[in-house]
Amino acid sequence: MIRIPCPFCGTRDHSEFAHGGDGSVTYPNLDAPMQDWHDAVFQRENICGVQVETWQHVNGCRMWILVERDTMTHEIHSVRPAHAGMAKALGAAS
Amino acid sequence: MSASRLTKGGRIDRSCRLGFTWDGRSFEGYAGDTLASALMASGETVLGRSFKYHRPRGIMSAGVEESGAIVTLGAGERAEPNTKATMVELYDGLTACGQNAWPNVRSDVGAALGLFGRFFSAGFYYKTFMGLPPFEWGRGTGIWMQYEKLIRKAAGMGEASRSADPDAYDHVHAFCDVLVVGSGPAGLNAALTAARQGKDVILVEQDFDLGGDLLNQSDPVAEAQRRELVAELKAANVRVMTRTTAFGLYDYGTAGLLERVTDHLAVKPAHAPRQRFWTVRAAATVLATGALERTVAFTNNDRPGVMTVAAARAYLNRFGVLPGRNIVLSTNNDSAYVTAAELARAGANVTLVDLRDRVSEVHMVAMKAAGVEVKTGLAPLKALGGKSVAGVVLARPRGKSWAAAETLACDLLLVSAGWSPVVNLVSHRGAKPVWDKDLACFLPAPCADNVVMAGSAAGHWNTGDCAASGIAAAKTAMGESAESPALGGAETPVKPLYEVRLPGKKTKSFVDPQHDVTAADVRLAHQEGFVSVEHLKRYTTLGMATDQGKMGNVIGLALMADALGKEIPEVGTTRFRPPYTPVAIGALAGRNTSSHFKVLRRTPLHDWNLRHGATMTDAGLWHRPWYFARKGETITEAYIREAATVRDTLGICDVSSLGKIAVQGPDASEFLNRVYSNAFAKLAVGKARYGIMLRDDGMVMDDGTTWRLAENDFLLTTTTTNAGKVMVWLEELLQLRWPDLKVHVTSVSDQWAGVSVAGPKARSDIMACLQDPAAVSADNLPFMGVIETRLKGGIKCLIARISFSGELAYEVYVPSDYGEVMMDLLWETAEPMGGCLYGLEALGTLRIEKGHVTGAELDGRVTIDDAGLGKMASARKPFIGSALRQRPDLLRADRPQLVGIFPKDRNQTFNGGALLCKPDEISGFGEGWVTAVTYSPALGHWIGLGYVSGGHTAWQGKAATATDPVRQGDIAVEIVSPHMFDPEGERMHG
Ligand SMILES: [Zn+2]
Repeated sequence: MIRIPCPFCGTRDHSEFAHGGDGSVTYPNLDAPMQDWHDAVFQRENICGVQVETWQHVNGCRMWILVERDTMTHEIHSVRPAHAGMAKALGAAS
Repeated sequence: MSASRLTKGGRIDRSCRLGFTWDGRSFEGYAGDTLASALMASGETVLGRSFKYHRPRGIMSAGVEESGAIVTLGAGERAEPNTKATMVELYDGLTACGQNAWPNVRSDVGAALGLFGRFFSAGFYYKTFMGLPPFEWGRGTGIWMQYEKLIRKAAGMGEASRSADPDAYDHVHAFCDVLVVGSGPAGLNAALTAARQGKDVILVEQDFDLGGDLLNQSDPVAEAQRRELVAELKAANVRVMTRTTAFGLYDYGTAGLLERVTDHLAVKPAHAPRQRFWTVRAAATVLATGALERTVAFTNNDRPGVMTVAAARAYLNRFGVLPGRNIVLSTNNDSAYVTAAELARAGANVTLVDLRDRVSEVHMVAMKAAGVEVKTGLAPLKALGGKSVAGVVLARPRGKSWAAAETLACDLLLVSAGWSPVVNLVSHRGAKPVWDKDLACFLPAPCADNVVMAGSAAGHWNTGDCAASGIAAAKTAMGESAESPALGGAETPVKPLYEVRLPGKKTKSFVDPQHDVTAADVRLAHQEGFVSVEHLKRYTTLGMATDQGKMGNVIGLALMADALGKEIPEVGTTRFRPPYTPVAIGALAGRNTSSHFKVLRRTPLHDWNLRHGATMTDAGLWHRPWYFARKGETITEAYIREAATVRDTLGICDVSSLGKIAVQGPDASEFLNRVYSNAFAKLAVGKARYGIMLRDDGMVMDDGTTWRLAENDFLLTTTTTNAGKVMVWLEELLQLRWPDLKVHVTSVSDQWAGVSVAGPKARSDIMACLQDPAAVSADNLPFMGVIETRLKGGIKCLIARISFSGELAYEVYVPSDYGEVMMDLLWETAEPMGGCLYGLEALGTLRIEKGHVTGAELDGRVTIDDAGLGKMASARKPFIGSALRQRPDLLRADRPQLVGIFPKDRNQTFNGGALLCKPDEISGFGEGWVTAVTYSPALGHWIGLGYVSGGHTAWQGKAATATDPVRQGDIAVEIVSPHMFDPEGERMHG
């Protein structure tokens, strides 16, 4: 059971969260060439170690967060809100 | 074995007699007994029959490692097979029986016939059935079927009940600063040390009493100390949980516990759950899980009457049972000496056989004082006797092998081959146990988590050392520095011993008694090339029984190392997996069973629908009306009538379960324009539009209508099943991808009760319900128009003129609490007009006739072109999925595309899920598949939707077959346009 410190709610079990995907991907503009989209959607690293992931506190505050997690140990190194503006407005821990 | 209850001593309460039934016969025991101790005291020796060979088996231990006394508890729906008699607390009225034997474990006909000896060597299954199904399709199915039945009957454990589990189980969550597992001297001291510092401590003990090994000791001073510790724990507010097993350790200090709440009670309170499944999150964990005594592989080492020394000590000191009169005790280490003296003092004639040539003077003096004869340089070679041990042939080491020595008569053979710390839990966390050559055992490796080992689980053999290590472990867990005593602690070092056999002789010595894995099996596996322990385990099934090889794994590894000419650490050990002891499926399920298995969602119109004759069906989590049968109608008759009535007059259908999302803000139209494949930027206020959203990869995600209520205010609807997914997706886009967009999304699915009113008379029905009937006139509310108006009585409502059925149709939404009022109003007018209520089945019929897609067609593998909706993809703007939907393979003309399907013979029907093939090529995946089938009252025959390579234009004039070999066989069909009824859409515009 991974425990994730949600910047908005505090530490919660991972069962309250939904895993999104690779948080390091920058999605291209909608009108970008197919190759750029292909790389963003399909070309993923299979990291053994620390990777940035997107998670959503779906059974909580519904905020998306960026989580640095070690894929081998499940250790979480950092958590930050995905949307800086909303985090500021809601006074989230950063 | 001639065990008997002593007149005094032990922790049993002789004033409290408990009656129980074993194999249909009545017995008595005392409060404080286990089923095993009570049966032993009653003189029962054969308590089980082994897995494969049906060998008689008796009590081998006094604890969780038991591999012989495996019994079925209870009867009927509460029968629980494969429980360890040594772990079952006795209560009045308990019933248990032996298993894997006929007529009973004492006289098993199968064993008498010797039916099982030739089968079942290592890899038996693989060798026997290689080349037969299921390994190779199409040959010898019959042989496999016959063998399987025979084998399953012969080889097995107890039988589970076939009825539903009648008991209740609870799930509980808890938090603490320090979780201590095990209540021996180490655990008690660890818990107390942490509690004294003000920590919130949970102490878990699988036994029904606290003390661990202290419970098996006879020393009154130790007992006084135990009582003092226990009293202090309670005073220090430690949460003490007995009858609770920590079965698994997980990430972040999470532990899984199983608490047996009522299993030990003669009268089970009606309100209490049988067991509780705890998820505990601890900041620190101390594992004081103890150590298990090992035995040795020698011929007939599984005979009833062969058990561990520690077991004999427990039966003597804790349960007041003298397990034998004439005892041979074989050891290779110091720990057995105390027990030898205690047994002798209790009146047994004890001979101690030590493999080691020299024994410390202290022990020799003690043995002499107790009257125990000591023989050195010997080990057991073969146990004599059939259903009970009668003697033992000893052997003496000669070089690297053995030579036979004297034979001793005995009725109990006790074996100690050293100790194995219980490292299972820390192994769950990925800490690989490390072999210690001096102590001849695996020691726990340091764990990356805040998990600290203590006591004999860490390799401390003496009670005093264990207590000290418990204190040190608690301090370490709390982040303080602490010194633990040195490991080991024996006077004379252990001399490793795993197997005794004469060179070249065949043996029947068991490494894993529960799975009947022998030393010969291990060698055979090696001979056949299985050199990794992981392969050895799977090929021989060593350690794969319910006890996970607690008694024999190390012997197996030692034999493998020997065969490979390696040392044990080079061979390594397999990783332990949760659960440490079996956990009932019922406990895992908790209260989430039958109707509580998943969440049930009811629409605001649920009760209204039921009052008006709805039969409900599951649609995802929702209960939705399936059909509204009139008296005597079947489901088919009902839905055909309902669908025909909609086309003829009108019908009303609850659509409240559709997902509804409020999309609001200055950038809302820009947002929707990016999300949907078709244009939304210029959608006028008061208009609705059907939209399709794709995933990034270009596949269709969902469809639905979106209504523009005001400049910056949209109501987006989704399919019932995708409501949650779409909401998450919109939130992801807004928070992660386009944080600059000023848009807010809110799920309002539960805020609105929604209904579809469809049919030629739909407009008249709605007009009759409105304060201002003209609001829905053809001019005021054209096709795809949206208005906000009021029902009679002033109830605010939203009305959109949209159609899923292909008829003139409206969706009417009111705030949820007014749903029933709306239905009463609509139905009051509709019923006299000859209208009907319709359910999902008729809804399906209407949309299939029109070729409208739903979840069955939009299954995540379908592009917008496949679904025949390519014109919905804008070429003038980019949108999510617009790049990747252009991948060359997705544009292939021969991709399966949406089609309509008619049976060639219009009187025939065909099945959803059937494959569509060319008539002369009925094989493989075919050319496509059928997604939906219905009887069409409009067309007067069965019709369907599906996907076929190339679409319907490629199949014009060509024959096709819907093949469903399992259910129906082959039906000749025609492939037609999916728009099977009113293709021009004249009716809904009317
Ligand atoms: Zn949160």
